[in-house]
Amino acid sequence: MIDILLDATVRAGTPILFATLGALISERAGIINLGIEGLMLIGALAGFSAAHGCGSLSVGLLVAFVAAMAAGAIHALICVQLRGNQIVSGLALTMFGIGITALFGRGMVGLTIDGFSRIAIPGLSRLPLVGKAFFNQDAMIYSSFLLVAVIWLFFYRTRWGLNLRTVGENPAAADTCGVPVERYRFLAVAVGSGIVGLGGAYLSMAYTPMWIENMSAGRGWIAVALVIFACWSSPRAMLGAYLFGGITALQLRMQAMGTEISAHILQMLPYIGTILVLVISTLRLQKGAGQQPESLGLPYDREDRK
Amino acid sequence: MSLPRFRTERRELNAPLLRFLAPLLSILVALFVAGFLLLAAGVDPAAAYLEIFRESVGSVYGLSETLVKATPLIFAGLGVSFAFRMQIWNIGAEGQIYIGAMAASGVALFSGIENHLLMLTCMLVAAFVCGGLWAGVAGLLRARWQVNEVIVTLLMNYIAILWTDYLLFGAWKDPKGFNFPLSAQFSDAARLGDYFNTRLHSGFFLALFCALLLYLLMERTVWGFEVKAIGSNPQAAQYAGMKTGPAIVLVLFLSGALAALAGFSEVAGLQHRLIHGISPGYGYTAIIIAWLARRSALGVVVVSFLMGILLVGGDSLQLTWQLPIAFIYAFQGLILFFLLAADFFLQYRIRRVAGGDA
Repeated sequence: MIDILLDATVRAGTPILFATLGALISERAGIINLGIEGLMLIGALAGFSAAHGCGSLSVGLLVAFVAAMAAGAIHALICVQLRGNQIVSGLALTMFGIGITALFGRGMVGLTIDGFSRIAIPGLSRLPLVGKAFFNQDAMIYSSFLLVAVIWLFFYRTRWGLNLRTVGENPAAADTCGVPVERYRFLAVAVGSGIVGLGGAYLSMAYTPMWIENMSAGRGWIAVALVIFACWSSPRAMLGAYLFGGITALQLRMQAMGTEISAHILQMLPYIGTILVLVISTLRLQKGAGQQPESLGLPYDREDRK
Repeated sequence: MSLPRFRTERRELNAPLLRFLAPLLSILVALFVAGFLLLAAGVDPAAAYLEIFRESVGSVYGLSETLVKATPLIFAGLGVSFAFRMQIWNIGAEGQIYIGAMAASGVALFSGIENHLLMLTCMLVAAFVCGGLWAGVAGLLRARWQVNEVIVTLLMNYIAILWTDYLLFGAWKDPKGFNFPLSAQFSDAARLGDYFNTRLHSGFFLALFCALLLYLLMERTVWGFEVKAIGSNPQAAQYAGMKTGPAIVLVLFLSGALAALAGFSEVAGLQHRLIHGISPGYGYTAIIIAWLARRSALGVVVVSFLMGILLVGGDSLQLTWQLPIAFIYAFQGLILFFLLAADFFLQYRIRRVAGGDA
């Protein structure tokens, strides 16, 4: 029972994990990205339609990444080069994503693909409790484990990662040291958006291998909140994403067992949970546990440098 | 030879006319770019635009339908723009509309009031108070603990919509509704009057009245001045002795209450019952409206009318070309992108710098 629930937790948490990691990279560079929900949909549709058209899952993933990255580049252009309002631009990106996927997805409704299948890792997959959840999963889930580690190493063990963090903390100082602030910010938003797109692709290519209009259903917003819970750190993002995967899995399980509680009430749980977690993590932040990037949300204008 | 380099410089000029032309220009450019999207989706953009125009403003009935669509947009747009004035991001108008519709429907269905005016007043007050309290929760979290109101108001949308469905699929379901998620019809006492044999109802005039009231509140009262002051410079306002905390809660309360009136007006004026999907995203469109209107109450009325055109036209495109109504969002996103870009060129000029390091 617990191993089944844990397995469902990891599967439900993975799209949120990719989305949270993508949002985190962008915020580390100082740019808030409220377009996550729209980017997930773009990734979901692009990945699904490419995989359906070419019959190749890897092509699907590549297309999902590139499409979401291109859409994220609009946000980057507006927030970084044009110093526009990051909140409004992000909302515009979400609306754009919902709209454009509804428009181009109408021909995709009802089609199916063979999604990612499970690959058991010899030995480890037979571990009690955690074996099935962590070592008998599909390639995308294994990649997400790897990505968590790579992002952590990038931020804390490479010069580029250090530069990127500085750009998010104090762009003027980074600029003075010769770090090209705009280039770092632009790339962080674009690459982060691509990773969010992979989260969307997980939905349409592995979780439920088909396209449904608006299938991200608020997961993008949960990811935005989880970045705060994660204190902008990738391992904690993993924890947060699985927390929500767990709530989703539990809710589905309860529905399947035919509880007395209405399905609509059960579906509220992840959103209510996110608000609670957001409140708790904001309070923790104020008590000094971790810190948000100092210049988050502020456009950088070289002329203002003091 | 070195590549030409560019740098941006602040402009000195402050041209109010350009500031108001920019939104219009953004809409035009968005129409142009969306044309390519429609083309790619296999729809002739010229024919589509002509149809949007013809259906929405080409006849008296079309015009009345546009005003019907503009009504909830004005309410929600006012609410959102009012909060924007204080740099508070209420992204939860969608949920607040549902709460308003639920509260008003609850009164209409179960209060048993028979007096027309009393019934409508109670419905309106219920919507106003419940919507206000709903948004006020986000205000309280923000004021007390600095919890991000963007995320809270947004997540509360999903909760409000699920709550409505919970009622419509459960206790409030009309036994005579063939299992559709609808409530029973309201009694005549709970219906706003309509005009000229169209669906245009008193909610529209109530919305105009609210716009005027909000305009006067913001431009002619000390409190309005304080709200704007807190919005433009919170530190200075705090220094001048204004209490930002209570102001944030109150602003979000009023913002949510105004948006909730859209829910009241939809159920009392148009549907005469609570239905699943009572707002097909008016709350999100309201965000665009508030931004395009430059947060001015009267501007909200004008922009809501323009968005009404788009929605009525979008409905008819859905019928003729099976275009999903959500594609209107792509359009609205584009408008915002172009407005943000236009604002940059209002503030900065780009200069070419001869060679060397910029």
